[in-house]
Amino acid sequence: MPTQKTLAVTGNTMVAEAIRQAAPDVIPAYPITPQTTVVEELSKFVANGRMHAEYVNVESEHSAMSAAIGASAAGARVATATSSQGLALMWEELHIAAGMRLPIVMFNANRALSAPINIHCDHSDVMGARDTGWVILFAETAQEAYDNTVMSFRIAEHPDVLLPVMSTADGFITTHAIDRAEIMDDETVAAFVGQYTPEFALLDTDNPVSHGSFAGLGGPYFEFKRSQRNAIDRAAGVIKAIGDEWAGICGRPFGMVETFGMEDAELAVVVIGSTAGNCRHVARELRAEGVKAGVVKVRCFRPFPAAELAAALAGVKAVAVLDRSESFGAQGGPLFLETCSALYGAENRPPVVDYVYGLGGSDVKLELIRSVYDDLSAIASGAAAASGLRYLGAR
Amino acid sequence: MSGIGSWKAEEFPRGAVIPESGNSRDYVTGGWRSERPVRSEEKCNQCLLCFIFCPDSAINVENEQVTTFNLDHCKGCGVCAAECPQDAIEMVPEGCELPGVNG
Ligand code: SF4
Ligand code: SF4
Repeated sequence: MPTQKTLAVTGNTMVAEAIRQAAPDVIPAYPITPQTTVVEELSKFVANGRMHAEYVNVESEHSAMSAAIGASAAGARVATATSSQGLALMWEELHIAAGMRLPIVMFNANRALSAPINIHCDHSDVMGARDTGWVILFAETAQEAYDNTVMSFRIAEHPDVLLPVMSTADGFITTHAIDRAEIMDDETVAAFVGQYTPEFALLDTDNPVSHGSFAGLGGPYFEFKRSQRNAIDRAAGVIKAIGDEWAGICGRPFGMVETFGMEDAELAVVVIGSTAGNCRHVARELRAEGVKAGVVKVRCFRPFPAAELAAALAGVKAVAVLDRSESFGAQGGPLFLETCSALYGAENRPPVVDYVYGLGGSDVKLELIRSVYDDLSAIASGAAAASGLRYLGAR
Repeated sequence: MSGIGSWKAEEFPRGAVIPESGNSRDYVTGGWRSERPVRSEEKCNQCLLCFIFCPDSAINVENEQVTTFNLDHCKGCGVCAAECPQDAIEMVPEGCELPGVNG
């Protein structure tokens, strides 16, 4: 019988617990704010004998991902964690991990990128990595950070996927604030995650293979990239199935896209990460005032659940997308571009506006979210133009 | 890996793994060379130092005697010429006629 314990706990502690319970063989890691307490807890678990992993202290995130790739190619289950400039320093290897089809699990504490220096939350780091071939999950709460991280191992190692997975949560907001969360017992998680048996392992000397080979001009590079695309497309079905399976055990539903009030909503806000809670709060208040407000939270960004998002938004009069990152020079932020693409073929396509908000941890007050719904009312009634990029809360 | 040229995306091993060992021999790298080594039979005393130092194992030896260079794998680095105590190896630009070795 699975048992759960309720804790008052930070998101980072929940992520470290999830990684401990999944029992990786190797953890190469470098601390970076606000991920630091994840790798601190993991190193303590190893030092205190609470988990049996090879903990590798590396000298940078570039080395952390190099070691993760090497260990994963050798046949180990590998987990690590990073944030911001650390993720940026891993960038060239993020492509290698995905191209070599290595099921590495990495937690990212979502944080702004320099310059200017800033250690607080936004999604610039993870959105910069969105096209590297990793599966990317976003958590709203410490609970979701835990659930997503547990599921990440199953998703990454699924034979139809075999891709690295990035489980992310908002820096300081979700990683450091004390939250209420349920932790599953170790045996249940171990049974759910299961053993990892690599298809090709460098340390399997009875079946020698070459990893990291060259496929130059005239070689099969193009075909390999196409098979990578097929794999991340297949991941959508796998994530849903594994999400349902975990939901059956823990009792918490998992949706690639999760909705609030969307059954009859006329005004919808699309959001990812911790801000979803604020949006639901405002939508609840508005509904009490008779405004048909709804919220769509996107929990999986790669692969992007376009069909589910379009279905959730069918029938609304106006849509606002909240982007916590810039896509300099583009028509809007990454979530806006994906949302517009998802709606492109829809009948009665609603007007969609983009709000860049909360960069570098700047406050996302309830009044700001309310002003978005006010704008949506004006757009829905035809009183305001529905185009252009808006800045929410920037002077 | 026969038929590789006509394989479709999903027919390749995952992650570009090559599941047949010893395959680096099939990967001919001599085409990157701009100079090649030429050995003088007269000056060479068969000490085999060049064979030991060649980073690409591109010096063929038979009956403990240097015979030829494996030009499919020699990358033209000139290590053999630099290490030869007899100055018996000269690096010659590709595309030139064979010279009189070392003048
Ligand atoms: S030139 Fe370099 S690669 Fe070629 S035979 Fe000499 S040492 Fe080997
Ligand atoms: S190092 Fe020079 S002398 Fe010795 S075997 Fe090679 S070519 Fe001959």
